Amino acid sequence: MPITYYIVLSIVLFCIGVVGVLTRRNAIIIFMCVELMLNAVNLLLVAFSKMHNGVAMAKDPASTVGIDGQLFVFFIMVVAAAEVCVGLSIIVMVYRNTHSVDVNFLNRLKN
Amino acid sequence: MSTTEILFWFLSALALVSATMVLISKNPVHSILWLIIVFFAISGHYVLLNAQFLAIVNLIVYAGAIMVLFLFVVMLMNLNSDSEPQKNSRFKVAGTIAGGCLMLIMIDVIRDAGEVQNAKALVKVGNIGLIKNLGMALFKDYVIPFEISSVLFLSAMVGAVVIGKKD
Repeated sequence: MPITYYIVLSIVLFCIGVVGVLTRRNAIIIFMCVELMLNAVNLLLVAFSKMHNGVAMAKDPASTVGIDGQLFVFFIMVVAAAEVCVGLSIIVMVYRNTHSVDVNFLNRLKN
Repeated sequence: MSTTEILFWFLSALALVSATMVLISKNPVHSILWLIIVFFAISGHYVLLNAQFLAIVNLIVYAGAIMVLFLFVVMLMNLNSDSEPQKNSRFKVAGTIAGGCLMLIMIDVIRDAGEVQNAKALVKVGNIGLIKNLGMALFKDYVIPFEISSVLFLSAMVGAVVIGKKD
């Protein structure tokens, strides 16, 4: 598969996530759109790792060039899991205090 | 058209349609279910790229654990479709235009980039995505980041308990 297909697919998925963050007001949906953007980047990292691996495998069939990309995806998933855990507990706490998950309520954090 | 190409286009269309449905569903529970379909489609792409370990981890961690956590929180809060106040439609149009412009700019940059013009991502072949090779790299070259990520998990767990505690 040409790498440009994967790049365009990832860009479109990422931009859907950006539009979601910009247009929705529900904090949970915004959080889900952030997850969508993370996954678009993950897909692109895996595609690039296979691209570099393909170039190296033409010379040496046992080459493991490009494996770093897939490990990065693994670490991104680890960080995303930790982020979701803390973020959702913050959302639950906001809901407990304001009885709403509307992000516009948060523009007066001061008082 | 080979089977691989058919699968690629099918999974891409599935991912894009479901991602759009995440945005436009009014009910948060429906959004979460659509997002799970997006994750399944992306896992399908990983299988197509022969990154089997990541495909399974994506399914277990994302579609399994994280999305169930989201679903729990949404159901705990008892949100329904009319609890979300509608944003001014002018802001919606502005957000969509801003995201569309970002997409057009990035696609245009890619169209002119020389490095990726004739490059191909290997599909169906290659063995760097197998658990054996990934494990070798993870526990030899990346063992310190791996251990640090366990500390990160511990601190995230403690943080979630501290934040979620009733005071």
